[in-house]
Amino acid sequence: MADRIIELKNIRKSFDGETVLDGIDLYIRRREFLTLLGPSGCGKTTMLRIIAGFETADSGDLLFEGQRINDVPPYKRRVNTVFQRYSLFPHMNVFDNVAFGLNIKKMGKAEIARRVAAMLEMVGLAGYEKRQPESLSGGQQQRVAIARALVNEPEVLLLDEPLAALDLKMRKEMQLELKRMQQQLGITFIFVTHDQEEALTMSDTIVVMSRGQIQQIGTPVDIYNEPANAFVADFIGESNLLEGVMEKDYLCRFAGYSFPCLDKGFMKNEEVEIVVRPEDVDIVAPEKGMIVCTVRSIVFMGVHYEIMLEGADGMLWKVHTTDPVEPGAVVGLYLDPDAIHVMKSSDEPLASEQEEMAALEEEEDEG
Amino acid sequence: MVKQALRWALVIAVLLFLYAPILTLVVFSFNSGKYMGNWTGFSLRWYVELFNDAVIMRSLWITLSVALIAAVVSTILGTLAAAGIHAMKNRHANLVENITYIPMLSPDIVTGISLMLLFVFAGIKLGYGTMLLAHVTFNLPYVIFSVLPKLRALPQHQYEAAIDLGATPGFALRKVVLPQIMPGILTGLIFAFTLSIDDFVISYFTSQDVSNLSMTIYSMARRGLSPKLNALSSIMFLTVLTLLIVINVRSARQGKKETV
Ligand SMILES: Nc1ncnc2c1ncn2[C@@H]1O[C@H](COP(=O)(O)OP(=O)(O)O)[C@@H](O)[C@H]1O
Ligand SMILES: [Mg+2]
Repeated sequence: MADRIIELKNIRKSFDGETVLDGIDLYIRRREFLTLLGPSGCGKTTMLRIIAGFETADSGDLLFEGQRINDVPPYKRRVNTVFQRYSLFPHMNVFDNVAFGLNIKKMGKAEIARRVAAMLEMVGLAGYEKRQPESLSGGQQQRVAIARALVNEPEVLLLDEPLAALDLKMRKEMQLELKRMQQQLGITFIFVTHDQEEALTMSDTIVVMSRGQIQQIGTPVDIYNEPANAFVADFIGESNLLEGVMEKDYLCRFAGYSFPCLDKGFMKNEEVEIVVRPEDVDIVAPEKGMIVCTVRSIVFMGVHYEIMLEGADGMLWKVHTTDPVEPGAVVGLYLDPDAIHVMKSSDEPLASEQEEMAALEEEEDEG
Repeated sequence: MVKQALRWALVIAVLLFLYAPILTLVVFSFNSGKYMGNWTGFSLRWYVELFNDAVIMRSLWITLSVALIAAVVSTILGTLAAAGIHAMKNRHANLVENITYIPMLSPDIVTGISLMLLFVFAGIKLGYGTMLLAHVTFNLPYVIFSVLPKLRALPQHQYEAAIDLGATPGFALRKVVLPQIMPGILTGLIFAFTLSIDDFVISYFTSQDVSNLSMTIYSMARRGLSPKLNALSSIMFLTVLTLLIVINVRSARQGKKETV
């Protein structure tokens, strides 16, 4: 209990009758790098804003070191926020931006100068004190925003898609730097992103969300290897998703065949969802395969080939491998028992389906 | 070349047409003689008489005090109103915004008469107070019009970023929001002051027993034109012109800043 710095207990929030957070239960450990991951509109920002104090939950408890802080205003919370669009103060130079919080604390001038300089040094912007924010690049502005938050030595830093507006190279660089700062300062980070790769590289813990609910909480490895349901499997990394039944413990049936697997504890013939990662499928000679397929296409992706294959039942398989095959060739697919992930059926629409539904609703609204 | 010359001739003709009356007025305000159209030499006589005229000085005082109070009050109210509109949901904001701008388009005489009817109906005695109220009313939309774009141009989450860093709401407004919208507030203030000094029609209908400068000029002119009025009108014209130039230069400068 002691190392739970923030706890959310059955937090609910709706806007104009639309439920945005639907009973969130979550705790965040001290010094943890926790990422909220989910498709756009799933409620990540709202959750962060509730923790920061910009929104209040309709019901539920928000605890900070065990104390309920639902009604504590943002300026009294020991958390600071880095906004997606930096939100630097344009009428102040870099020094005054970073010093803003310290000035409020009525710290001595010399002490402020010392801390601001140290913080700018840490984010790699020493010597930029007199610059105006608008004269900086996006990446530099984001560094100032991070310095402005961290200089207050918050217990928890909240970051709302802080890297989304940066180009790929800068984003990769900042990912590493943020991780370094978090470890160096020993501060708890709550990081929001819709980029699963970013979440997998940076986090100690990932919270996968969909439509205002938590789908799974776990380490990046857990989430990747043992997705709790089809939504998580589909959202994290690429995967082949199939419907099947559990014939008995350690034996499941899909795509017209029975396969040995590592899962047990389902009811007999319970309907399940099966996830097979593209890199876990082996391409073998047709007579050695469990499924016979025809190669439809092959694309070189830089490190591996992405191969699309079609089974006799019309099912499409995506396979990642370093060994190329000829388009049109007939091959066998071999699935190791630990390549097959069996999950309980859920009604959670996949992220791509959610986008389609949102687009449809928008059309209806306009029409 | 011919085309060029023609173009300039046209421009000069239009300017002459526009400014000839005012120029005549200004020139003759320095005439030593009493009659328009009969130049008898340069003199500041009428300006001296103007400042010795108790009635005119009294109305100058009324004009200035009404303009100043109305400008300050409408700037405060208008800024608060703009903040309110800014905080509304898009759909409601558009509606309220458009409703506030309608009075800017309606003719002064309509505004004047309707305000007068309202005051009479409400049993408020027409006088200095009603004139002041009327001025606050017609200034309001201009202030909102000047401040709202500044609020909309604020970068996202400015206020929230400030309170996140430990600022109380009051401190965040003073140190973060106000400095950024101040140019709009000042423009609104000058705008309101100018409109107030300039107004005749609405003041005429909404007051009794007090008269501001334009009302005094109007009633004196009916009794026969005194060259004093030329002097007075010249001063008023120059004041309003200066203020308008200030407003224009300010907005031009701000426009440039935003596009950089
Ligand atoms: N202030 C608000 N008023 C009305 N609806 C809101 C507001 N903030 C968020 N929403 C809605 O709540 C849902 C979740 O939003 P958000 O938390 O921003 O999601 P995410 O950050 O995961 O993209 C969205 O449908 C959004 O339109
Ligand atoms: Mg968001």
